Parts: sequence; structure tokens; C-alpha cells
Amino acid sequence: MKIRAQFAMVFNLDKCIGCHTCSVTCKNVWSNRKGIEYAWFNNVESKPGIGYPKNWENQEKWQGGWTKLNGKLELKAGGKLKKIVQIFANPNMPEIDDYYEPFTYDYARLQNAPLSEAAPTARPVSQITGEKMDKITWGPNWEDDLAGEFEKRSKDSNFSNMEKEMYKQFENTFHLYLPRICNHCINPACVASCPSGAMYKREEDGIVVADQDRCRGWRMCISGCPYKKVFFNWESSKAEKCIGCYPRIESGLPTVCSESCVGRIRYNGIILYDADKLLDAASTDNEQDLYKAHLDLFVDPNDPKIIEQALADGVPQSWIDAAQKSPIYKMAVEWKIAFPLHPEFRTLPMIWYVPPLSPVQSQIDQKNLPTEADGVIPKASAMRLPVKYLANLLTAGKEEYIVSALNRLIAMRSYMRSVNVEGTPDIRPLTAAGIDEETAKSMYRYLAIANYEDRFVIPTSHQEISLDDYHGFQGQNGFSFGNESANGQSPFALFPERRTESMEPREPAPLAAKKK
Amino acid sequence: MNLSKFVFAVYPYIVLTVFVIGCWIRYDREQYTWKTDSTQLLSKGGMVFASNFFHIGILAIFAGHFAGLVLPHGLWLALGVSDMQHQWLAIIAGTVFGGMMLLGGLALWFRRLTNARVRAAGRGSDMFVLSWLMLTLLLGLATIPVSIGHANHGNPEVMLALANWVQSVLTLNPQPELLDNVDSVFKTHLFFGMTVFLVFPFTRLVHVLTAPVNYLGRAYQIVRAKRRA
Repeated sequence: MKIRAQFAMVFNLDKCIGCHTCSVTCKNVWSNRKGIEYAWFNNVESKPGIGYPKNWENQEKWQGGWTKLNGKLELKAGGKLKKIVQIFANPNMPEIDDYYEPFTYDYARLQNAPLSEAAPTARPVSQITGEKMDKITWGPNWEDDLAGEFEKRSKDSNFSNMEKEMYKQFENTFHLYLPRICNHCINPACVASCPSGAMYKREEDGIVVADQDRCRGWRMCISGCPYKKVFFNWESSKAEKCIGCYPRIESGLPTVCSESCVGRIRYNGIILYDADKLLDAASTDNEQDLYKAHLDLFVDPNDPKIIEQALADGVPQSWIDAAQKSPIYKMAVEWKIAFPLHPEFRTLPMIWYVPPLSPVQSQIDQKNLPTEADGVIPKASAMRLPVKYLANLLTAGKEEYIVSALNRLIAMRSYMRSVNVEGTPDIRPLTAAGIDEETAKSMYRYLAIANYEDRFVIPTSHQEISLDDYHGFQGQNGFSFGNESANGQSPFALFPERRTESMEPREPAPLAAKKK
Repeated sequence: MNLSKFVFAVYPYIVLTVFVIGCWIRYDREQYTWKTDSTQLLSKGGMVFASNFFHIGILAIFAGHFAGLVLPHGLWLALGVSDMQHQWLAIIAGTVFGGMMLLGGLALWFRRLTNARVRAAGRGSDMFVLSWLMLTLLLGLATIPVSIGHANHGNPEVMLALANWVQSVLTLNPQPELLDNVDSVFKTHLFFGMTVFLVFPFTRLVHVLTAPVNYLGRAYQIVRAKRRA
């Protein structure tokens, strides 16, 4: 047994309102530089839809993640030798148009245009070429709130094994938001795909990062990641990805996407797992058993034997304390209401999702939906969101796990309603869903109230294990690309210069006042 | 000192010095700039053909030059390869791989010239180095008819003179006079070829030095610990 700590998150989809605050804060902090204008380390997709980049879930097309080959776990795109052979041109590489051509607008034109009869327009400008674009035909969130025709959106891989035609009808339409970031997988395919060994998992918190100095731009991680969450910076020719906001995590702060989440849907915490079992877990034969195998990797942070082993393996006591209070452990392991995104990719992702409920009040009022014993809260199987769809998204198609989780969420609501509205606790739904009153109250506290200190249980990092004088290191260097702080200032560079400024319209329109 | 003496007795050492020290400094100090500068993200069409032909061609040509010019003459004789067999081998391999590199390189060159996205992402040095490699290749291909002429007369002298000159340079005993009777197309090709190594540390070419061969031997997963051992 080898115990490792993993920084993990849970996203409660039931409360996501699709406001994109997470995406925007992340973009402004981490990916507003030249070369990755198109990259959204955090994005929110409207499902059903093909997502960003287009059809990312379709691994028959992208060959991301892992597969079982002759009983052995192997990268779906092929082993090491095949990667080396394909290194001159990666056949599985997405093109910029699979994401979208990044654009800005020629805003200056609105102010500077000469006097004319028609109102001036701010035309879109490509942030790659700087040229004017005729028409924007795709963007980072083109399908927002089910925009576009069903035909296109229904290419969504999660419709597999489903009769999707009925969801075309307005009455049967369903919709959920899916916020996505790097999953900081326990068995990351990007790390395994990287020929230069630049991608790695941090031992202390499991965050997966790309070493900017070591990366040579062989671009195998881009196609290797089944979630398409490693991005190619076309300016620097380096892989860039979500860094789990590790400078914040190390200081005990939540990630910037979690901190800024308006709906309070994001939970940050530590979970302990047995690293010796990860290969077996990822190699589970049946795809539908992967969720269970993943769950079995996690160990009980309150077990004295586990604590002893964790300390022996170098997990600091403060991290064990945090693991005991972890909201992630509660939701994933104790309550079993959170699930990994696409476990069938076999990367053992560590961003888990609470499936969304979808009550339709008017339908319930008209008694069109079968309800639980309280006559108010509808049954999970009768909900608008097809359980099969959620199962395809979160449990490789196995519906019973999803139904159980939805039932628990519903039972908690039903119980809390009986307490607060009727004044007499009705535990019948709880019993049916297999949870007790204490759990229901705890779930209510974590899911409905979602206090800051319950959502975010993040121990600070322990610099003293790596540095003799960790105070002496303070203020020496910031976050930079390359050895900037050692470079000095010179107008002439011997080696290729970095161009740092993102593309903005270079030629402002002539000033109206100057004209004639 | 005449021009020939400078180019074939002094220039090689300037080139080697800049090549070795330049790469060393860049590797040591400028890791962030050490990269492939791939533009496949911006334009993927035709890359499977163009990039593979170009890279396989140029790597095979480099290997061929190394085998023919740097490896000692005696080795080939010991392996039972006569000078004429050696020369025909070089002519055939040079034609095949030179042709591959020419086709792939032309496709890449036109892509870099005509694709607005690739042009915007590229640097001047990218276009320069590709053009320079293509010029060197054309000069190299131009030597093939001359070599065939020599071979048809059963005359391996020029090939041997070139190998001897390369080895004289590498053994720090430069003998530019060995090239006195070599056709000028070879000499021009030599100059262009040497210059590739001169500009090498300052361009994207450095990525070949970090070809990821150790990937084949490593474990899939990498975990880095901050903890001191």
C-alpha cells in the first residue's frame, strides 16, 4: 500500500446556472496571453451538445485516453513506438477550427470612424492573423443554452444507445450545464503520451502540470488527453493546461474558478488513495465497473492503519486532517452522489460531478409526474433529464448508480421539506434511498447551504519538506515563462524572442477630427 | 589566405565552435526557447504527407552523410563494400531521400508562404532556415549527375577526397588542398551545408537534438516530488 494525497473537486451540476463566471475568471488569470487566446482551461458546455473542442467525447475520432489491448492497459492512440513514428505529424491532433478561431473586435472603429450615414460597425478581427474576419461561425460556447439545431447538437456522444429523436421535440427537450476543467487524473493519458517527459503529476497534491522548460512541443499530450484539456500554445509551441491554481492551493486558497463560482457548486478538498492499486483499477475489464474500481482506490482517512501508512509515505498530518474533513470524500465515498466524468476513458479523473435533478414544477402540479410518498417531489426515473444520458456521461452507461444518487438527492429534499414545511420529519423517503437522518441533514448543509468553509477544505503546502530556508525563498521569483528573471533587459536577443502581446487591431481607424 | 583556404580550413572551425557552444548555452540558459515550433494546430491539411516526407528525408540524408563522410573509409572496406558500391549506394540513397525531402519541403515551403495562419505564427528565421535547407538540398541533388558521371567512369576519387577532407577537419588537421580537384558544385554544397550548422543554435533546428528517444524506455507515468531524497 502506498498512500498519496490528491487535490480533488466536486461540481454540483444541480446548482450550475451556466453563468460562465468560472470560465471568465480563469481566462483572465491564466490564459489571456498570446498563443492561447483560443484555450479555455475552464469552460462550461451546454449539454446535449458537441462541446469544446467539437465532439471531444468521441474517442473513435480523437483516440484520446486509454484502452484495453490484449488484456493490457494501453494508450488508445497507440504505444510509445507508434507515438515516435507519428511524431512528425500527429494524425490525431485537433486543428484550431475544432476549437474556434480566436477573435476580438475592432472596437476603435466605433469611436474613430469618419462621419457617415450608416452607423459604424466593429468588425471581428482574427487574433491569429490580425486580419478582419467576414463571419464568425464557431466560438468557445456556440451551443449556449441549446443554441443551434438539434441535428448538430445530437452528434453528442452521450446519446449513444439512446433513442434520441424524441428529445428533438420541444416538450421533451432537456438541458444541463457541464463545467469542465482538467481532471488532474490519477492515471493521466497526457503524462503517458508526453515524449519528452515534461508533463508530470505532483507527488504532494496530484495536480498535473506541464513543465514549460522541458516541453518541446511534440503535441502528443494534446491528442492524448481524452478531455482535450491540454492546449497547444501556438506562439510558444508549448503545452499549456489548467494548473489547478497551485499557487493558490499551496496557500490554502480555493482555485480561482471555485472561489468565483456564483452558484457555489464547486467543492475543493483532499482525498487519500492507494497508489499501488491504480494500475489495476484503470485496467478493470468492464468499462461499467471502472467507477466502482475508482471508488475502491480511495482509503478511509479516519482509519488508524491508513493514517499510520500515510504518515510513513510522507503525507503531512495537516493533510490527513484535511482529508478527514474533505467534502470530496463525503460526496464521492460516503454519500455516493458524485461521479467521475467519463470513467470509460480509464484516466481515473479527479473532478467529480453531482448529477443534476430537473424538477418541472408545472408538471408536478398537474400530477403528470409520479412523485415520492410526499406527493411533491417527483421520482428520479420520471425526471426530464434522461437517466441514460447522465449515465453515459458519468458512469459509462450504468444507470443504477445515477438513479441511486438522484434518489438520495430527492429524498434529502423531501425530508427537509417535511421538516421545514410540515414540521414533522418524514423519514420514509430517506429509508427508501438508503440514508439516515444525520446524512440527510449533512447533505443539506453541504449541498444547499454550501458554506465557504464546508466547500473548501484546503491544507497549505509544506515548503519545509523541500527547502531549508523557506522564508528566504519568499519574494525571489514570481510566476514566469522561461528564465525571465535571470535575463536582464536587453533590446537584442540572441535566441528567438518571445512575442508576448496578444493580437489586437493594430490600425485604429482615422480619427474623425483629423479627417479633412 | 585565399577564399578556398578560408572556407575549407577556417570556416569549418568557426561553424563547429558556434554550433557546440551556441547549443550548449541555449540548452543551459534558454530551455523555454528549445522547441519544435510546430504549426500543426493552425493548419493540419497535408501535414501527414509533407512533414513526414521532409523529416524522414532530411534525417536519412544526415545519416547517409555521416556514414559516408565521417565513418572511416577502412570500415567500409572491412565490411566488404567496395568504393564503387559505396558511391552507387550514396547516389541511390541520396536520390530517394533527397527526392522525399524535396517533395515534403516544397509542400512545407508553400504552406508557410501561402497559409495566413502559419505565416502569422512563424518567425523570419523559420522561413529562412527552411529556404536555406532547400537550397542546400537542391545543390546536393545537383551533385548527383556529376557523381553518376564519375561513377560511370569507375572513378571514386571525388567521393574519397570529400571524405578525407571531412576527416582531416575533424582530426584538427585541415587539408583544404584535398578539394582542389573537386567540382565546384560540391564545394558550394559544402559551404551551404556547413552554414546550416552555423545557424543551427539560433533556429528551431535545435529540436532534433532533443529527439525523445528516452520515451521508449521510460514508464508511462511521471510523478515529481518536491521532497528532498
